[in-house]
Amino acid sequence: MESLAWLKQRVLDAAQHQIPLRLRGSGSKDFYGEMARGDLLDVSVHQGILRYEPTELVVTAKAGTPLALLEQTLAECRQMLAFEPPHFGAKATVGGMVAAGLSGPRRAASGAVRDFVLGMSLLDSKAELLRFGGEVMKNVAGYDLSRLNVGALGTLGLIVEVSLKVWPMPAASETLWIAMDAANAIEHLNRWAAEPWPLSASAWVDGHLILRLEGAQAAVSEAANRWQRDYQAKFLTADQARQFWDDLKEQRLAFFGAVRQSSKALWRLSLPSASAHQPSWGDTVIEWGGALRWVLCSNDDASIREQVRAIGGHASLFRSLDKRHPVFTPLAPAMMALQRRIKREFDPLGIFNPGRLMPSLDVNA
Amino acid sequence: MSYRMNESNGIETPAAALQAESRLPHAQVGHVLEPQQSDVAKPASPARKAQVARELARLLPEGAVLWRDEDLRPYECDGLTAFRQMPMVVVLPLNEAQVIEVLRCCYRLEVPVVARGAGTGLSGGAMPHASGVVLSLARLNRILHLDPHARLARVQPGVRNLAISEAVAGFGLYYAPDPSSQIACTIGGNIAENSGGVHCLKYGLTLHNVLRVRAISMDGEVLEFGSEALDSPGLDVLAALIGSEGMLAVVTEVTVRLIPKPQLARVVMASFDDVIKAGEAVAMIIAEGIIPAGLEMMDQKTAEAVEPFVQAGYDLKAQAILLAESDGTPQEVAEEIARIEAVLAKAGATAMKVSQSEAERLRFWSGRKNAFPAAGRISPDYYCMDGTIPRKHLGNMLRDIAAMETSYALRCMNVFHAGDGNLHPLILFDANDPDQWRRAELFGADILERCVGYGGTVTGEHGVGIEKINSMCVQFSPAERAAFFALKRAFDPLGLLNPGKAIPTLARCAEYGKMHVHAGAVPYPNLERF
Repeated sequence: MESLAWLKQRVLDAAQHQIPLRLRGSGSKDFYGEMARGDLLDVSVHQGILRYEPTELVVTAKAGTPLALLEQTLAECRQMLAFEPPHFGAKATVGGMVAAGLSGPRRAASGAVRDFVLGMSLLDSKAELLRFGGEVMKNVAGYDLSRLNVGALGTLGLIVEVSLKVWPMPAASETLWIAMDAANAIEHLNRWAAEPWPLSASAWVDGHLILRLEGAQAAVSEAANRWQRDYQAKFLTADQARQFWDDLKEQRLAFFGAVRQSSKALWRLSLPSASAHQPSWGDTVIEWGGALRWVLCSNDDASIREQVRAIGGHASLFRSLDKRHPVFTPLAPAMMALQRRIKREFDPLGIFNPGRLMPSLDVNA
Repeated sequence: MSYRMNESNGIETPAAALQAESRLPHAQVGHVLEPQQSDVAKPASPARKAQVARELARLLPEGAVLWRDEDLRPYECDGLTAFRQMPMVVVLPLNEAQVIEVLRCCYRLEVPVVARGAGTGLSGGAMPHASGVVLSLARLNRILHLDPHARLARVQPGVRNLAISEAVAGFGLYYAPDPSSQIACTIGGNIAENSGGVHCLKYGLTLHNVLRVRAISMDGEVLEFGSEALDSPGLDVLAALIGSEGMLAVVTEVTVRLIPKPQLARVVMASFDDVIKAGEAVAMIIAEGIIPAGLEMMDQKTAEAVEPFVQAGYDLKAQAILLAESDGTPQEVAEEIARIEAVLAKAGATAMKVSQSEAERLRFWSGRKNAFPAAGRISPDYYCMDGTIPRKHLGNMLRDIAAMETSYALRCMNVFHAGDGNLHPLILFDANDPDQWRRAELFGADILERCVGYGGTVTGEHGVGIEKINSMCVQFSPAERAAFFALKRAFDPLGLLNPGKAIPTLARCAEYGKMHVHAGAVPYPNLERF
């Protein structure tokens, strides 16, 4: 049976018998979010790049398409997904990337997954195929339901097709590092962000501030020379640079390995970029010009969540062997009530990944 | 070179693919849909109007509640004066607390509410409801907090778009989205329409430049969408709110992202003797991996209309004129301009000029920016359209529009945000001739339906409002429109916020007939409009 027809049938069956579905591409993001439950629906069968127009800056692919294949196809035309999504698994799919809504090192400079989603097709709870957005960026017809589904972890419908805005690869790229403590790094990153530097990514790891410059050759060279002169910055080779940013994006750096020891949990802090560094939270890696901080703390300590909320951010329990705390920061009551109503409108039977995003969003919660 | 793959890995022909993409079966091309009688709101009784005015006057200071006809008249339309409706009452609260009180009162009395910023919208989104309240946010016009280190500005919804950039210019920062009406339009209105502007190809839409919106639901609850962090937990409701045309919640505060002002900007002006070549040139620029800061096109009719006005030195023999802007550091700009010139030469540009000074750059842009007032010079009235198509169809679309000029016996000037395929055909007509009105409106609907046929959308940036609500029947299926209503119900179950706008009901879409449009002059004629 043709894959879309099969997916429709599975959704219809689930709706008829009110049996929840666990939507899954390749399982690369299984670790992320709350526990999934329901009958497994393997969306990876529905794959293929449908349309790719380099001169239109758009690619449309079925949700089960391997992300690696998509990125390779774009690279052949010297284009890329500007938001540099982490795969977290060799068979990561396009649908999983969009449903998880996780962006990589270039996010602060270029935008997030959601900013590059131009449109998507979804199966709703009646297995009807709905198409929102389109293949053009300038499109304000109707509510932005395709972007509402980005990062929703499949809780509002089954994504079957996505159209993404693509971006040209930069002409030049250089990575350099500067010895600096965290507080100074945050200060400098915020200062540089207000100046016209071609800074596409940054990472502070263990006393080192690593910076990636991308753009026109002249601009990159000038910036690199300035930093070398003013901060004694050292350069990485092209291979070292590629490896480093990939290891950071995929969380293969030694820092991230600590979660495998069961006493540590990896928290993801999303906060205002100039927020002060707090060594008391735990070992930290800083990205996104200060707006993203990875923190290792002991498993049963959730006080970090309150502290981050108090400074205008939110902390998610990103990876932990012991998930006794809610993964995501609870919403304010009025916002929670609104999001529950949205969930109820789009998934009245509770068949789409119940409990995956926030258990309290569910119809039966 | 684009390719398509179907399930069996065959290659579809472009023609077959275009047909497959077409949504036209939902409506008849050439028939224009009429509002149902039940869609047209009736004015309230004098008793009801008095009751509502009295209750609102209790909550607001002296002068903040208007009910006399002469005081209501300035609010009867927005920038699309074809659609006028006197409201029942207009309120002008001074702060968020008063906005909350107004909404609670209207919720209790079940009075429809239409929010309004500067009223510069071009799709009738702020057109009043006959038995409703216009809630003006104009007095919430303070810049609350600037944080140049974190590159944020927190402002009230009535703050003008350009005022934000002006306030932070001293820090070397600016707010990037630059809709043409930016000297007058408000950031709250920009949120409602997800406004773009010339520079959105490179710098994004409102959506990409807003971090947080504080808004009030129809029943008076305060909702915080987003935050000063780069993301928030839960569903991305901020994305759903932006572009929701005042139908989901009323904005009382916005936190926008500021970026460094480019050191330099220069423009290349290129002439083409053929619109197809000009369209291809646009595609070639993108194919080269260049994302210009601005990439705009105007046709010969437009150039002829504006040149006597602005004396920018436009090539009046050119079938199309392309303006490509590069911004950044001097080295970045030099490198990019050289690459752009090389591409345009290869694309067959018959002439090219690069601005040598800021004054010259502004002069090159002046014709494009003055296209609308120039239309007013050569025609008693004009009807500005707003649609988007994939860039590659620009040449075809221009040819289609030329054919429509003949069949509708009306002239049409064309200006485009060529970089993102967003077109603004300006249909020229004389409103004193009723038959010209009728033909202009049919011409417009034909253009929009053609946009959908080419895989685009009926509105790139002006919003649906009341103007294009019928075209939504062409672009979306009944199930998709039902999904829009589902979101609406979650936010506003009583349907009191800006009812009758943007999303058409099944009943409306099911009707066929002729719609009479009475188009007139555009207010704020001095405003630049793209």
